[in-house]
Parts: sequence; structure tokens; C-alpha cells
Amino acid sequence: MTLQDLAQPRQDYSYAFMDAYAKRELRRRMLKAIAIPGYQVPYASRELPIARGWGTGGLQVTLSLVGPESVVKVIDQGADDSVNAANLRRFITRMSGSQTTTDTLKATLLQSRHRIPEEIMQEGQALVLQVPDPEPLRGVTSDISKAHQLHADSDYGQMWLLLYEQLVRYRQYIQGASYPSLVNGRYIISPSPIPRWDTPKLHQSAHLTLLSAGREKRLYAVPPYTDVYPLEFSDVPFQVENQRGWVCKTTGVQNKFMNELPQEDGTSQYELSDSGYAEKLMNTGETSSPYYDDQGNFYHAGYLKPPVLPTL
Amino acid sequence: MLAISNHQSSQPFDAPRLVTTAPLVRATGLTKRYGSIEAVAGVDVEAYPGEVLGIVGESGSGKSTVLRLLNLEEMPDTGAYMLNTPTLAGKNLYDLDRFARREVQILSIGVVYQNPHLGLRMRFTSSGNVAERLLLTGERTFATLRQAARDSLAISEFPLNRMDDPPRVLSGGMQQRVQLAKALALKPALLLLDEPTTGLDVSVQALVLDTLKHLQRERKMTIVLVSHDLGVIRTLADRVMVMRHGRVVEQGLTDQILEDPQDAYTQQLVHAKL
Repeated sequence: MTLQDLAQPRQDYSYAFMDAYAKRELRRRMLKAIAIPGYQVPYASRELPIARGWGTGGLQVTLSLVGPESVVKVIDQGADDSVNAANLRRFITRMSGSQTTTDTLKATLLQSRHRIPEEIMQEGQALVLQVPDPEPLRGVTSDISKAHQLHADSDYGQMWLLLYEQLVRYRQYIQGASYPSLVNGRYIISPSPIPRWDTPKLHQSAHLTLLSAGREKRLYAVPPYTDVYPLEFSDVPFQVENQRGWVCKTTGVQNKFMNELPQEDGTSQYELSDSGYAEKLMNTGETSSPYYDDQGNFYHAGYLKPPVLPTL
Repeated sequence: MLAISNHQSSQPFDAPRLVTTAPLVRATGLTKRYGSIEAVAGVDVEAYPGEVLGIVGESGSGKSTVLRLLNLEEMPDTGAYMLNTPTLAGKNLYDLDRFARREVQILSIGVVYQNPHLGLRMRFTSSGNVAERLLLTGERTFATLRQAARDSLAISEFPLNRMDDPPRVLSGGMQQRVQLAKALALKPALLLLDEPTTGLDVSVQALVLDTLKHLQRERKMTIVLVSHDLGVIRTLADRVMVMRHGRVVEQGLTDQILEDPQDAYTQQLVHAKL
């Protein structure tokens, strides 16, 4: 027996591109993040063959979790076929030999930017979100070391100031994405990639959500069956985006998150933002139950309250 | 100092409370060094309930440092500081931990800075700036916040039709009124004013001082006022402390100090002004 026989055959890259140390670092940080729901864990963010700000945080988490038996779904703006999603999916499968799917329920590992799928995700699934800005306190304090102290003290009073400003100016919460939410009664997170519509889906979810910011080098997690409550005033309840009875032009469904398609004549048509869900509806007409039913009712009854117009 | 005016004459004469009650603010032996510079060297500050204590002195005399120490923004090298309120009586505030200190700062002390950028969020609404004080105490009802902001801005004589304008579009005098409303939102036991009217033109300065004087009469607030402007001190303060090089050179009733200064430096200061 020679040394040659014992050694690994030469490879250009490690399995799943990242070296073993980097993956181990990521996994350790993920365990910590899961142990302290909502806490932003700093990590050593590696260089990847895509630029910072293009999903490096999510990609590092995905690459350190993926295995040959994984089934991967990659979403960008709700769609499986957008350029960023297609490229990331190709890269992940080429480097790991995993399977891919567009079906939310068949995937074991979902990497997403902007959306949580419309179908209720199940136990055993992991959702990885690419995060542009992990710091919820940035709007009220520009000093990051002060923000750390506020997190440590759970001193979040100032966050309501942002909501106050929205109510005074628009008489409703207008925060489009990154709606600040309290995780497990302790840490406030900024789920910055996902719209307000998707924020309630984090509450008592069966799946694991990992949020990772590659440029900011921080990751945080919402473990399965954890309380997540969007911030609100006691007399003005949190609302998701009003879908205004828009009907998807291809599938005819209502009360899901819609993309607006402006038409030449100045009108607009709408289509489902979640392309995997639309595809399933078109092909078989059969889907599992979605988070919001056709009347727009959320699956946790009583979690979303009827709207209140505040008086100024 | 008892100025004769319509406000005062309608009220019965107040017994000489200055000697019968315990001081609300009692800070003793404050010293603070910044490197080799001794900013404050053994200063004692006492202010009685309902009294306005003026601190005067030239730039660099340590008066603003004393105010920052009283606001718990900084910790002194040595010294003790007590606020004689029902919850805090007998406690040295410099010995409190971070959380307790913050609570005192929010609930018991209000501050108005010379520079409104220090005290206000210039891009947030004025009402939001005031409401923030209540948010910090855990108030989470929008209607309550609105009402409190409206009340507080009204008593500092801020025009309510502009309550939702951000301070950056307001005039200097109005910005100071927003700061004042913010400081008063939680009805603090002690109000600290750091050159509140410096940088305002004379007519606006007079209006802001007028508001402060009304408030002080109506609410019997204890105020520590720092200023280098003897006119402001003469208008507002009952008692004056003159500081130089981090030490108190002279203190006494305002009229006494300004009319008959004993210390050489105070004499210079008064004559330079008058």
C-alpha cells in the first residue's frame, strides 16, 4: 500500500465548493443561532464566486448544509426561473450533486430571496433566506455598537418610533419588507428579504428558517415552532399587504402575494409571485394547503386581526 | 427672587421653602478629569424643589460638564449625586447599574441642549420625538402617544398644526420648544437646560424664556440652567453659581451676585456684561 492509495483523489474544489473549515464554522454558528432564536451570530464569511450582496450569505449556509441526498429549491423574487435563482441552483447542484425541484413540499433545502412559498412548509424542511441588512435597529440608531447594547438589554422601545412615523404619515403600517418582529419574546429581527405578507408565516412554523447576511457576516434563525410576532401598537394591529381582490391572470386564484404586470394601455394585470405554486396549480390543480386560503384567512386563526384606522 | 407680575400676584405668597425643605438635587464633591485636564474639581451642587439654579462661567469653566454629570451622561471620577424623590431618596445615582441609571435618566431627568441635533431626531416628526420618551417607558398605545405628544407640545407653546413636521424644517426657536416638550413629556423631577437660548435671536430668545418662566411658575419645577448669558440667568434663576477653571468661585442669590459680586472674577464677568 502506498501513500497515494490512502490519500483522497485530487479535486479542484472541496465538496460543495467551500473548504471543510468554512463549512464547520458555518454549522457551528447555525447551531448557536438556533439555540438563541433571533440572535444575530457573527461568522467568518468566505469569498464565493458571486459578489457580496448577491446572496453570498444564503449560499454559504446552503453549501454547508447540502448533501448528495438533498433536494434543493432556489427562489428569487418568488420565481424559480429568474437569473439569480437559476445560477445559484446550477452552482449548488454542480458542486454537491444534489437534486433540484420547483415543488415546495418536495424540497428539503430551500434557498430564497424575498419570499416564503405560499404552500405551508413542513417539518424537516429548512428555509435559507438571503439577508441584505440584518440589523433591525439601524433605522433608529446608526451606531452599531449601541445597537448591540440595545439588543443585549432587550431595549427596543425606539423600534415603535418607526411604526409611529408610518402611522402619522400614512395612517397605516407601510413597511414593505423587513418588518421588525419579536422572536421568542426576546430578540427583534429584521426579516429583511421578505415582504410583510410573509412575516406571519414565520410564527410557529414547522420548518427551520435560517437568515444569513454574507456582507454583514451575521446569521440568525427562527427554529421550528417558535413564536414570532410583528411589532404593532396595542390599538393599531399589524396588517399584511392588502391584495385588493387581485386575480392571478394565469391561475385565477386570489388572496396570494401578486406581481403587478403593467400593460400597454395603462392598466395592470396580476400574477402569482410564487411561480412554483402557480406551476403546480396549472399542471395538476392540486396543491397542499397554503398559508393564506382563498378568502385571505391566515392558517393560524386569530393571529392576524382586522384592520383599524388610527385617528391622528 | 420674586419678580412682580400678573402670574405671581394672583398666587398667595410662598413660605420660604428654600430653608424648610430638603434639597431635591444634592451633588457633592464632583470631580472629572479628561486626561491631564481637570474639567470639574470638587464642585457641590444643591437645588431645592421649585428652584432655578443658574450656573454661569466662561467657555471651558466646566459648567457643561457639571450638567452632563447631573444628566448621568458621564460618570465623575469622584463624587456623589442624590435626587430626593420618593423612589430615589438616599441613593447615590453614580452607584446604580446601567439599567437603573437609564431609568432615572428617562423618568426623573429632562434635558434641553443648546444644539437641537443632540436632543432631537431631525428627520422624524416633532410629535414622534416627544412620543419617543413614552415609548422608552413601555407605552404601546398609539392614541395615548398622540395625546401625550399633543399635551406636551402644547405646554411648551409649540404650534400644534406643525406637530408632525420634522424638526429639520422648523426654526431654531421651535426646535428648542420641541426639545422642551420632549424633556417635559414624562414630567421629570429635574429639568436641565444647557444654554437653551444661545444661538436664537433676541426676540425669539425672549419668547422661549417667557415659556420657560411660565412653566417654572405653573409646575414648580426644579431647573438647573447653564448659561454664559447673564441676561438669561437674571430672567430665570433664583440662585447662581459662578464657575471658573472647574471650581465654584462664588454662589448666592441671583440679585446679590449680579448686583454685588464679591469675587474678583465675578466682578469682571458682571461688568463685562453690563
